[in-house]
Amino acid sequence: MRSNVSQYELVAPGSLGAVLALLAAEPGAWTPMAGGTELMVALGAGRLEQRKLVSLWGLDELRLITANNDWLTIGAGSTFTDIRQNAVVANEFPLLARAASWTGAIANQNRGTLGGNIVNASPAADSPPVLLVYEAEIELVSAQGSRRMPYSEFHLGYKRTVMQPQELVKAVHLLRGHRLPVEYLRKVGTRNALAISKVALACVGAMQSGKVSAVRIAAASLRETPARLSATEAALFGHALTSGRIQAARKALLQEVKPIDDIRSTASYRAHVAANLLEDFLEQMAASEG
Amino acid sequence: MSAAEMQLAEIRFKVNGAERSVSVPPMKRLLDVLREDLELTGTKEGCGEGECGSCSVLLDGVLVNSCLVPVLQANGCEVLTVEGLAANGALAHIQQTFLELGGTQCGICTPGMMLAAESLLRNNPRPGLDEIREGLAGNLCRCTGYMRIIDAVRHAMQAPLLAEEQAEIDAVRR
Repeated sequence: MRSNVSQYELVAPGSLGAVLALLAAEPGAWTPMAGGTELMVALGAGRLEQRKLVSLWGLDELRLITANNDWLTIGAGSTFTDIRQNAVVANEFPLLARAASWTGAIANQNRGTLGGNIVNASPAADSPPVLLVYEAEIELVSAQGSRRMPYSEFHLGYKRTVMQPQELVKAVHLLRGHRLPVEYLRKVGTRNALAISKVALACVGAMQSGKVSAVRIAAASLRETPARLSATEAALFGHALTSGRIQAARKALLQEVKPIDDIRSTASYRAHVAANLLEDFLEQMAASEG
Repeated sequence: MSAAEMQLAEIRFKVNGAERSVSVPPMKRLLDVLREDLELTGTKEGCGEGECGSCSVLLDGVLVNSCLVPVLQANGCEVLTVEGLAANGALAHIQQTFLELGGTQCGICTPGMMLAAESLLRNNPRPGLDEIREGLAGNLCRCTGYMRIIDAVRHAMQAPLLAEEQAEIDAVRR
C-alpha cells in the first residue's frame, strides 16, 4: 500500500547549523534523511512512520573526506561512491572501499551515505564490520557541541544506538599508519549486486614468529548489532595456527555468535558459514609469514 | 488554505534541458513527479525499492533511482530522463545500438538500462566486460538474458571493439 505523500513534511534548511537548530528546537520530532535509500523504500511500501523529515542531502559540511598525518576523516554525508573513489581509502583502508562497492549497485552507492548506513543500524549493513576492525572512531554533533567515541561503543542493541534525538553523525575517523598485513572481507549473499548479506566477516591480523600477534574480527548478521567477535579473537591471540587451535577458534565463534532465522537465511547456515569464513581467513594468516 | 496545501513545495529544476516548475508535496518521489506532473512516462516503475533500476535517471549527471529521491532533493538540479537522450529527432548513439543489437524486448527496463549505460560511458568511455556488468548490475531485465544489452553498450563505446574484446563477447555467448 503506497503512502499518501501529502501527509509527510520534508524540509531542507540548507546548512548543518540550521539542521542542528531544528533538531534541538523539537527533539525527536524530526527524522534526518540523507540519500533516502532506506527511508524512501519505507515510504514507497507505505510503512514510513516518521511524518516530519529533514533533509541532510547536499550539506557540504557533511560530505567531505579529508586526511592529515594521523587521521582519515570521512564526513557522514559521503556517499559510497565518494568512498570508493577516494585514494586514501583505496590505498590504506581497502576493506572499506570493497564494502562500499558491495553496498547496493551504482545508483544506490551514488545516494547512500556512510552516516545513513551507520545510523540505520542494521546488523546486516556492509560497512560496520570493516569500521570495527579498523577501530574507527565516530563523531556525533548537536547544537550543543560534538562528542567522539570508539565506534565499537555506538551500537547498544537491535537498531538502538547511543545517539540522542538532537544529534547527527558528523564523521567517522580512521587512524592511519596502523595497517596490519592480513586483511580479509567476505560477504555471503544471494547475488553480488544489491543483495543484503546473509552473513559477512571482516578480519585483520598479523603473524609473528609463527604466532598470531594481532587479530581483529567483526561480523554482520551474526548478532543483534554489527559486532567484534572478541572471544574468537582471544582464542587466537598469541597462538600458533595449528589445526587444534583453528578448531578452538571455530568453537569460540560458534559460542559467541547469536544468528537468527529470517527471510534471508537460517541461524544454522549463518553460523556454519561464519565459521568457514573464519577458517578461510586463518588460512591466509598462516600463509602470510614467509 | 488547507493543511495539505500548506505542505506543497515549489520545485524548480531543469528536466531534459528545459526549465520546469511544479508545486507538489516535498516527499513526492521524483519518479512520480516525472510521470504524473510532467507526463514524462518514459521513466518506469518496477520494484519501487531501488533494486530493479527501471526508474533510473541522471540527477546532476549522477545515476539515481528516481523512486528513492524525494522531489525536494531535486530542487535546483538538472534531470536527464530517457526522453532527453534523443536530440533533434535523432536517436542517441546508445539508443541506436540497443535498437540494432536487440538490447530491448518488452521495454520496461530499457529506459533505465540506457541511463545506466549513459552514466557508465560518461564516467568510463571504454569499460571492460566486468565494468559493464557492474555498471548495469542495478538494472534488472527479465527478457533478454543481458548479453544483447551488454553488446549494445560495448558497441556504443566511442572506439571500435578490439578483436579480443569481440572474441570475449562471442565466447560468453557460446
